[in-house]
Amino acid sequence: MKIVIHFIKKEFQQFKRDPKMFAMVLIAPILQSIILGYAANLDINNINLIVFNQDQSRLSRDYIDKFTHSGYFTITKDVNSYDEMTKDIAASKALIGIVIPRDFEKDISNNRTSHVQILVDGSDGNKGSIAFGYTQGVTSNFSQQIILESAARRGIKTSAGSITPEVRIWYNPELKTRNFMVPSITALILLLTTTLLTSLAVVKEKELGTLEQLIVTPIKPWQMVLGKLIPFVILGFATMALVNSIMIFWFGIPIRGSIIFYLFSSFLYILSTLGLGLFISTISKTQQQAMMVSIFGAMMPMIYLSGFAFPIENMPKIIQYITYAIPMRYFITIIRGVILKGIGFADLWREALMLFIMGITILFLSSLRFKKRLE
Amino acid sequence: MNSIVVKNLTKKFGSFTAVDEVSFEVKRGEIFGFLGANGAGKSTTIKMLCGILEPTSGDALVGGFSVAKEPDKVKQNIGYMSQRFSLYNDLTVEENIDFFGGIYGLEGNLFEERKKWVLHIANLEGKEKLLTSSLPGGIKQRLALGTAVIHKPQIVFLDEPTSGVDPISRRNFWDLINSLSAENITVLVTTHYLEEAEYCNNIILIDAGKLIAEGSSKQLKTNYIKVPIFEIECSNVVEAMELLEKQDFVGETSIFGNNIHVITNEKFKDESQIHNLCKSSSINVKRINKIIPTLEDVFIHLLEKGKK
Ligand SMILES: Nc1ncnc2c1ncn2[C@@H]1O[C@H](COP(=O)(O)OP(=O)(O)OP(=O)(O)O)[C@@H](O)[C@H]1O
Ligand SMILES: [Mg+2]
Repeated sequence: MKIVIHFIKKEFQQFKRDPKMFAMVLIAPILQSIILGYAANLDINNINLIVFNQDQSRLSRDYIDKFTHSGYFTITKDVNSYDEMTKDIAASKALIGIVIPRDFEKDISNNRTSHVQILVDGSDGNKGSIAFGYTQGVTSNFSQQIILESAARRGIKTSAGSITPEVRIWYNPELKTRNFMVPSITALILLLTTTLLTSLAVVKEKELGTLEQLIVTPIKPWQMVLGKLIPFVILGFATMALVNSIMIFWFGIPIRGSIIFYLFSSFLYILSTLGLGLFISTISKTQQQAMMVSIFGAMMPMIYLSGFAFPIENMPKIIQYITYAIPMRYFITIIRGVILKGIGFADLWREALMLFIMGITILFLSSLRFKKRLE
Repeated sequence: MNSIVVKNLTKKFGSFTAVDEVSFEVKRGEIFGFLGANGAGKSTTIKMLCGILEPTSGDALVGGFSVAKEPDKVKQNIGYMSQRFSLYNDLTVEENIDFFGGIYGLEGNLFEERKKWVLHIANLEGKEKLLTSSLPGGIKQRLALGTAVIHKPQIVFLDEPTSGVDPISRRNFWDLINSLSAENITVLVTTHYLEEAEYCNNIILIDAGKLIAEGSSKQLKTNYIKVPIFEIECSNVVEAMELLEKQDFVGETSIFGNNIHVITNEKFKDESQIHNLCKSSSINVKRINKIIPTLEDVFIHLLEKGKK
């Protein structure tokens, strides 16, 4: 164990003199947090709305007022033709267009159904569907109000059992993408430090020839593996602390669940990312190679297939099956569960178990390969 | 007693044989020179002897342990300085010493004493905090040697320790090697410099993975060239060499300083053959001496013979 400690000490001495490493370890997480927290903000609190009001009645104006009062919509324009509306939507000047028919008020006052047409710019699917959801919400509220009013006018008491649907959004009440994205950065940062940096560090010794020098010493392969990996685990957890501080204190996203379980599952997660890093170092001859393999072979699939970047439910079935082989998938589920929902081991033990099994397997196999290479 | 016994050691990389059935023995405390052209297989052999590479076939006993079967035991007894500088350039002198000392499990007083010794032989006393990358080449090599033997191994392998180092540093480095040998440490060293081979107790020469000569420098000079060798001082050196090479009584020629060395062959009868040749082609011969061959003559002779 003393030998492992000597090794760890040496790694940190080398970190100290490597400014590139510092940039990667400190600046990258901060940048990622800020970019994902602000720039990639998919939130919709300001939906641009165009109205083509052919009716110009009191009721139609009431209807439109509901949108402006909801706080989510801004009316950018009242247009006078359908063509003008479609052009503006095509030019992304508005996300939603509403066409109110000529007989809107007349139909409704005669107890007939009136059809309102809603145009949605679907080029950004997520955004479009959220905006559409809001539009539907406002509309059905309005129509309910009309029914109640007309019933009251006609002296009919609404039956006690009438149902008023009231949508409540759980876990992420403000429906912020930020709340969804920022916590997952932890998974990305740990991946970066434990897969990319680890493989680079091992291959660097191969390139420089210092690995050869180590091999002639009586140091055992497991001591070398530990000595090489532990510093990156420490580094990984340090950056994790940094990212989570930014999350809590800057973005105001608290960790609702158990921090212990959060840390414990992070540890399970890095078993597999470290294993991958180690594996990559055994198949790469140069740092360049290790970098390419880490990025394209490990990091990209993890980011795309873990639910980090795209919701898994939106993927084709076959790809959904593939995601089960991605350790980061389970970790993302755990992170979002613990931080946003405040759930813990009782609900997430399956994910934790999967991480444990995958981690041990990958790490074990790569260590075996590492051992062989020494000979 | 033999420190190293190599038997039919062979290494293949795919279908390419880098080391081909090499056998030799090294006595305890001797300086053993390992010579060969670029790509001859010197480094590959050393790596097998250190347990870094697994032999394809054959075996060697290093300090009594088999490199094929018990490489871990071999590693306890050896020091190795690889052809490439293999200390950490981004660590300070002291950090490097501490690290390797630690890896070898040195502690307490013994460690302090060895650390002092390494700093002393590398001439780095008081400069412990210097970054290793900032040291001059000769000093770096001494530091590398020091750390390679920090654990006082019985056997040291040095792979071209003096390549790219100035002549004075080289001379100093060899003093160091001699002092190791004086402490009964076995030193196996590869080199490109033939004058360095003269400092070795025994030498082997390998070519294309095969051992082609072995013995002390004196034995090599007498055992491997039975034909007479002449040193000729003359005008038109290049022309004379070309002419001599065409003669059926000449084996090889080479330039040595301003002179030509002529290795003859079985068809050679006496010196007058050379005199007559030069006279007939107006080459002005100042001097012809029969000489004892230099190591270079021997190696040129053996390598040329190998080609034919
Ligand atoms: N890992 C390897 N894979 C394939 N071929 C190799 C490998 N290592 C060495 N070789 C080849 O084996 C031959 C012997 O190489 P080696 O390094 O032992 O030569 P050397 O005598 O040390 O030469 P030099 O004086 O240049 O150091 C060379 O032709 C080299 O290209
Ligand atoms: Mg070599």
